[in-house]
Amino acid sequence: MYVAVKGGEAAIGNAHQLLAEDRRGDPGVPELSVAQIREQLSFSVDRVMTEGSVYDPDLAALALKQARGDQVEAIFLLRAYRTTLPRLAVSRPIDTGSMQVSRRISSCFKDLPGGQLLGPTFDYTHRLLDFALEAGGAVPPAEGRGALAAHLPQVVDLLNAEGLIERELPDAEAAPVGDLTREPLMFPAGRDVRLQTLARADEGYLLALGYSTQRGYAKSHPFVGEIRSGEVGVEIDIPELGFAVDIGDITVTECQMINQFKGSKTEAPKFTRGYGLAFGYSERKAMAMSLVDRALRAEELGEDITAPAQDAEFVLYHADNVEASGFVQHLKLPHHVDFQAELTLVRTMRAEIAAANEQQAELAEAAQ
Amino acid sequence: MNTQYQTGATQVTATLAGYNFGFLDEQTKRMLRRAILKAVAIPGYQVPFGSREMPLPYGWGTGGMQVTAAVIGAKDVLKVIDQGADDTTNAVSIRRFFVRMTNVATTEKTREATLIQTRHRVPETPLSEGQILVYQVPIPEPLRWLEPRETETRKMHALSEYGVMHVKLYEDIAQHGHISTAYDYPVLVNGRYLMRCSPIPKFDTPKLHMNAALQLFGAGREKRIYAVPPYTEVKPLDFEDHPFEIERWPEDCALCGAHDSFLDEVILDDKGGRMFVCSDTDYCGERREAGHTGRMSAPYKDEAAE
Repeated sequence: MYVAVKGGEAAIGNAHQLLAEDRRGDPGVPELSVAQIREQLSFSVDRVMTEGSVYDPDLAALALKQARGDQVEAIFLLRAYRTTLPRLAVSRPIDTGSMQVSRRISSCFKDLPGGQLLGPTFDYTHRLLDFALEAGGAVPPAEGRGALAAHLPQVVDLLNAEGLIERELPDAEAAPVGDLTREPLMFPAGRDVRLQTLARADEGYLLALGYSTQRGYAKSHPFVGEIRSGEVGVEIDIPELGFAVDIGDITVTECQMINQFKGSKTEAPKFTRGYGLAFGYSERKAMAMSLVDRALRAEELGEDITAPAQDAEFVLYHADNVEASGFVQHLKLPHHVDFQAELTLVRTMRAEIAAANEQQAELAEAAQ
Repeated sequence: MNTQYQTGATQVTATLAGYNFGFLDEQTKRMLRRAILKAVAIPGYQVPFGSREMPLPYGWGTGGMQVTAAVIGAKDVLKVIDQGADDTTNAVSIRRFFVRMTNVATTEKTREATLIQTRHRVPETPLSEGQILVYQVPIPEPLRWLEPRETETRKMHALSEYGVMHVKLYEDIAQHGHISTAYDYPVLVNGRYLMRCSPIPKFDTPKLHMNAALQLFGAGREKRIYAVPPYTEVKPLDFEDHPFEIERWPEDCALCGAHDSFLDEVILDDKGGRMFVCSDTDYCGERREAGHTGRMSAPYKDEAAE
């Protein structure tokens, strides 16, 4: 009797063993290697790296294996690992203008200086299940892997010769860029912190919010100024050497969204920008991010705040899937003390109402 | 016990390889201790801090764990409870985590512990000077259900503008004849800040008042730390004609006969059979060891039959 909450230790041990066994699945089927996940489930790996805030395809692939393919769980694993890592240096801002692009498109211009490159995209594929993949087999080498110039100007900068698009200038004050992983989110949140939150935000959440701005909840009339994916170098300053050193390349996807702006009392009509950046080929994420970034600039641009996507506290406080997943799922933990307290209160209140009703009935009887 | 807090990777070698003592790196612990010191200096004030991802999910005690990790030393004796019990799954999990990360001694005895991390209860055994009680806090903001915006609630705290909470309690009384808050009851700390006690039943709320122990509150997901220093006034909000009251049970503990502890209701069958037992397993066990018995503690003496 009364064993309901006893034996937690043994139960946890058993659960871990069962989990490990289920993760492996049928032992008759060959085990997945981390390298296979890294190479063949790379979009999954990209998402885990982006929202896990660590650029490390091997660790992300390991996290995916450990999480049985559950991306939010894998992101959590990577974040929990990240938090233990020392911070050795802060890199210089990456220069996406000198990206070695594997994809570059713009929806604003038919052609642009430097050219467009479709690259390895799902776009224009017919979404027909390819049963040939079931059988496996070698893939013929791709022909026509294009290459563009080593330095490509941003499309949005081309328009700026006319002053049609707002300029993006560094903040007037030389404050260092905010860092959510060291300091809590506070409001009003600057654009640096907003962008960092969005970069780590859940892709599905950003997708829905971005989508809502296209359906009239904060109209922003977006155009894809440019999307580019490819490799950029990461440089850090070494104080002892007095110059920057390239420590490696990372693959990123960048989206520059151009949005209409009707102008205000002090400013002539012009185009404004929304910005998105994600590790790997996370194009959907980068696009959704740029829509939400633009929507969150409502206050700064003097627009009415009427839609969820424009509400910084709402958007930013609920964007992190590690936080959200944990708090939603904590409802699984025992709450029987609180429930008991509520139970006692409800019983007391019901007893009082019953007593009052009884008294009233007696009075009514006496009156007859 | 301050001397114990000179933590460092060198101090203990037997913890899990590759991890610092207490999991967090020393810089992070320093940041946390600064936040804790500020919290102690301004009782009840929510100090924002750079909460880190912990290897347990948000909402499962990450705030309490960060506070514990910041103050724990090699000589500490740790007790972890959830719902008052040492052997609930999450308490087991958190205790195991700290054993792996610090190798400190653990106990189930409230009296023996120097550091107690808790979720949803305050131990029945009174705490003494030198002990630290760490609460896991899901939502630190007492005004949150009345005002969802942090920018607004911070302003309300700054101006001590707590009328809205009194109105809420008044409306409860007007509608239900009672203040319908059974747990996480709002309190005023040191006459200044409105504070959430974390979701402890209101039965436990009076225990915060003038407590000899240091009480620290950690909210990881919400990134706030606050504190009630020893011997600080903690007053539940109430009205002169509707004073604060704690819950009562129709029965005593079925195992130890206690009539002064918080009781959990245990359903025994599908015919309405139930028993009440102490939620604080250490308190109940200690009483039974001392010879106290309850209605069902001696099953052979069938006195519960009638």
